[in-house]
Amino acid sequence: MKEEIIIAGFGGQGVLSMGKILAYAGLMNDLEVSWIPSYGPEQRGGTANVTVIISDKAISSPIVDLYDTAVILNQQSLDKFESHVKPGGLLIYDPYSIQRKPTRTDINIVPVDAMDATIALGNAKGYNMILLGALLKLKPIVTIDNVLKGLKKALPERHHHLIPANEEAIRTGMGLVK
Amino acid sequence: MNEEVRLMKGNEAIAHAAIRYGCDGYFGYPITPQSEVLETLEAEMPWETTGMVVLQAESEVASINMVYGGAATGKAVMTSSSSPGISLMQEGISYLAASELPALIVNVQRGGPGLGTIHPGQSDYFQSTKGGGHGDYHLIVLAPSSVQEMADFVALGFDLAFKYRTPSLILSDGVIGQMMEKVVLPPFRPRRTEEEIRQQCPWALTGKKGRGRNVVTSLELDSAIMEKNNERFQRTYREIEKNEVRYETHHTDDAEYFIVAFGSMARICLKAVEEARAEGIRVGLIRPITLWPFPYDEILRITEGSKGILVAELNAGQMIEDVRLAVHDQVPTAHFGRMGGIVPNPLEVLEALKTNFVK
Repeated sequence: MKEEIIIAGFGGQGVLSMGKILAYAGLMNDLEVSWIPSYGPEQRGGTANVTVIISDKAISSPIVDLYDTAVILNQQSLDKFESHVKPGGLLIYDPYSIQRKPTRTDINIVPVDAMDATIALGNAKGYNMILLGALLKLKPIVTIDNVLKGLKKALPERHHHLIPANEEAIRTGMGLVK
Repeated sequence: MNEEVRLMKGNEAIAHAAIRYGCDGYFGYPITPQSEVLETLEAEMPWETTGMVVLQAESEVASINMVYGGAATGKAVMTSSSSPGISLMQEGISYLAASELPALIVNVQRGGPGLGTIHPGQSDYFQSTKGGGHGDYHLIVLAPSSVQEMADFVALGFDLAFKYRTPSLILSDGVIGQMMEKVVLPPFRPRRTEEEIRQQCPWALTGKKGRGRNVVTSLELDSAIMEKNNERFQRTYREIEKNEVRYETHHTDDAEYFIVAFGSMARICLKAVEEARAEGIRVGLIRPITLWPFPYDEILRITEGSKGILVAELNAGQMIEDVRLAVHDQVPTAHFGRMGGIVPNPLEVLEALKTNFVK
């Protein structure tokens, strides 16, 4: 098993933390993981992205050209990464901030109304966890138990009281996709 | 196996490993992409546990001279910075080498020249391996390609520095510094006591009670003595070249082509090798771990009679000069490089291999 994931959006949307929690969950699942934040000039436009690789074998390159899964949070990232999803791969996006929809026919494209769900949930900081929930429903790379354990590791102790709210957001996200 | 597997950035691993090594002092100044070294040390507050000093100096020049002062007393001291900051330190590094002082320097490289970019680069290869500062000296240069090696090379760097009384440099880059991977940190070692330092470092400035005066200096105005000093440095370097060459190979046994790469680029190239092999191209990877001493003889032996060597670096072509020296230009070589903070993906490396050699 090897899953190469790109998560991309604006800085502040929780892109890097979402990747971090996924990586910690991979660690809890006893898998190999790598997490590397955006390191291209695209960062200057205010976009942020992170590549997370989760594998049952040693990971050679933390930097890849094509991804099994893309989680897309804004138009710039969709324009940049739609063509970098492997044929047969998965593209999750939030239609809320998208004017030009993805057009590929050889990948699985799943719109997730995460912004609407965030507003309904009344937890603005749960946005990224809703998307993580949707991702894990579609691709159960790591177990929910391990995501919660990962949250405990990724968050400083003073934020541990927020874990139940995060769990709620993850479960909300899981409910948004079939 | 009892040690906990943790997930952290390469820069954080450096800081934790330094505390666990029993490092006596860290002196540094923030610069992207290595600032997490100082940040982590400050968050860990080792001065309250091991007694390690952590000091944010007023500049890189001050940092390296604080390292010089600490090293002269036999303490295990270090600094870290990124490319432009390391340039500022070159005078102090030359003085450390000439005073035969052990110390650890960490360079988490960014793309240069000048102030350049905050994104990764490997364009300080020449600076690290061929001098950097003035005079005939070498640093022991270790190039980690994983977060685990960031942690492991702290102890290795210090141990080699003390063994040969010469500064060691960990030459990392923004990819390895910023990425998170699994790491098992080394066990805690106590800091050396004053008595242990007196025994292990008889040259150190520890107070002359009961012995003659020790002098630590790089200045020697008598040229006859200064030449002798240089000859002694060179003997040390020949010893290091004989004993300390380190490298790693992947898929080299049946290889017709080779890629030589170090640090983060070696990781990218390993995937390129895997993809090439999937297409039936027999290519192997050689990763120099010590950039000085460089594995000249090993590269010559491994690549002898092969069809071509691609040297891949995040620069315009620096290590390729050492690879060409290694093979005496008897094997065709080509360079693939990206510059200015751009990090290529494995497919670009594979394309370069095909374009140059696999017709």
